[in-house]
Amino acid sequence: MTATMETRPRQPGKLRIGMYWASSCGGCDISVLEIAEHLLELIEVADIVFWPCVTDFKYATLAGYPDGYIDVCLSSGAIRSSEQEEIARLLRLKSRTLVAYGACAMDGGIPALANLKSSAEIYDAVFHSNPTLQNPNKTTPQPAWPTPQGELTLPRFYPQVLRLADIVPIDYQMPGCPPVGDQVWKVLQAVAAGEVPARNDEVRVGCDGKSVCDECHREKRKTRISEFRRPHLSVPEPNLCLLEQGYVCMGAATRSGCGALCTKAELACRGCYGASGAARDQGTAMLSAIGSLIDATTEEQAREIVDQIADPTGTFYRFSLASSALKAHR
Amino acid sequence: MSEVEQVTTPETAPPPQPWEPRIIAFLCYWCSYTGADNAGTARLKYPANVDIIRVMCSGRIDPDLIMSAFARGADGVMVCGCHIGDCHYIAGNHKTMARMPMVARVLQDFGIEPERFVHEWVSAAEGEKFARLVRQVTEQVRQVGPLDWPGRMRQRGVGHGQDLHPWGGAA
Repeated sequence: MTATMETRPRQPGKLRIGMYWASSCGGCDISVLEIAEHLLELIEVADIVFWPCVTDFKYATLAGYPDGYIDVCLSSGAIRSSEQEEIARLLRLKSRTLVAYGACAMDGGIPALANLKSSAEIYDAVFHSNPTLQNPNKTTPQPAWPTPQGELTLPRFYPQVLRLADIVPIDYQMPGCPPVGDQVWKVLQAVAAGEVPARNDEVRVGCDGKSVCDECHREKRKTRISEFRRPHLSVPEPNLCLLEQGYVCMGAATRSGCGALCTKAELACRGCYGASGAARDQGTAMLSAIGSLIDATTEEQAREIVDQIADPTGTFYRFSLASSALKAHR
Repeated sequence: MSEVEQVTTPETAPPPQPWEPRIIAFLCYWCSYTGADNAGTARLKYPANVDIIRVMCSGRIDPDLIMSAFARGADGVMVCGCHIGDCHYIAGNHKTMARMPMVARVLQDFGIEPERFVHEWVSAAEGEKFARLVRQVTEQVRQVGPLDWPGRMRQRGVGHGQDLHPWGGAA
């Protein structure tokens, strides 16, 4: 089922670009607009043939295209429902190059944190027990509902959030929540010029090969951590490493390419660019790094310090739970 | 895929084996592995459920290895290293002692019972302690039952468990 540039000849005409949002917040769609005035240059060389967020394309339009019609499709968002899986498969068929665009498509992103709960718990929180809800009839969406006009159906809710690559083969991954504008423009320029790297599903574009620490301006003093701090309760020292100050900063385990935007703004890196370098599992890479920095001489001390981390799983795997070794709650 | 399919008829099929816990033990070379060796030379008996993986230092045990062991079908994982102060590399096990409580918390968040993950210090002379530990861990894992993470993930998700290949590619 692998569809590659080699097997699918390019259809004549202007470059055709598509974009889709699956389980996503729409931030990735906005990130394409961050190329600002370059958008006009893009429109000169390329046509937008599918982008439900900004223009009115129906799924039937997409289904009507010949196979391999879209030259580059940026698909953002994780896969959470049968509708999203269906469109992902359709996009794979219709696209010569399919890019898992953004943290959710690449690693599951924020939606994948729901993998720590069961579908039943999620339904209960969203439709019944949330304090801001009033649902006395316990109304819960059903996959199918009979009406006099016929049966109405909703897409099926999957028990687990999946990455795009779990459903279809992808050509590239582009990390970020969302990808930063400069990187988006670089990638789109490369696409327009036909200068894209050799492909396989591990290839990441729109990022660099190092870790965020390499781009961060903050000074490291080899201070060990004796206390963890939380950003809403204290103000960090400027220009000093945030991790050494006790803020759980994901920079050490996160791929570079964003320009260390968060640490410039006095905020610890949240890890949206995914695992850095050779690390396969971003969460355990971070856990490992923090373990090396604890200032303790006894087991009790060490435990006391690391227990101050409020939510290790949610922090270390904030954007990459679907790519982790364990992937989901039992 | 082999051309020749293995045909199992009811007569030739092996009888179903009762479930036995499969435990992966990461032991450091200088203390705990020697401790396990000590148990062997002293002819101490302990269950054969434990698969020992020797590493140079318990500080070398990437938590990813522990997660991967569970993800690929282990029922329990043991991590053993030198006692604090005894590390051959001076402070390797200081890293272990800070990491393992975090690993335990993360594993619990994923729904893996605390009985399945044991972190203990075993010196080169503590063969008896190692044998006792293996007996105890095997028994407590047996009590909580099979984990079967790959099977559960396949049950839970579409196409899941298909990419359990060690380097992240499709299996």
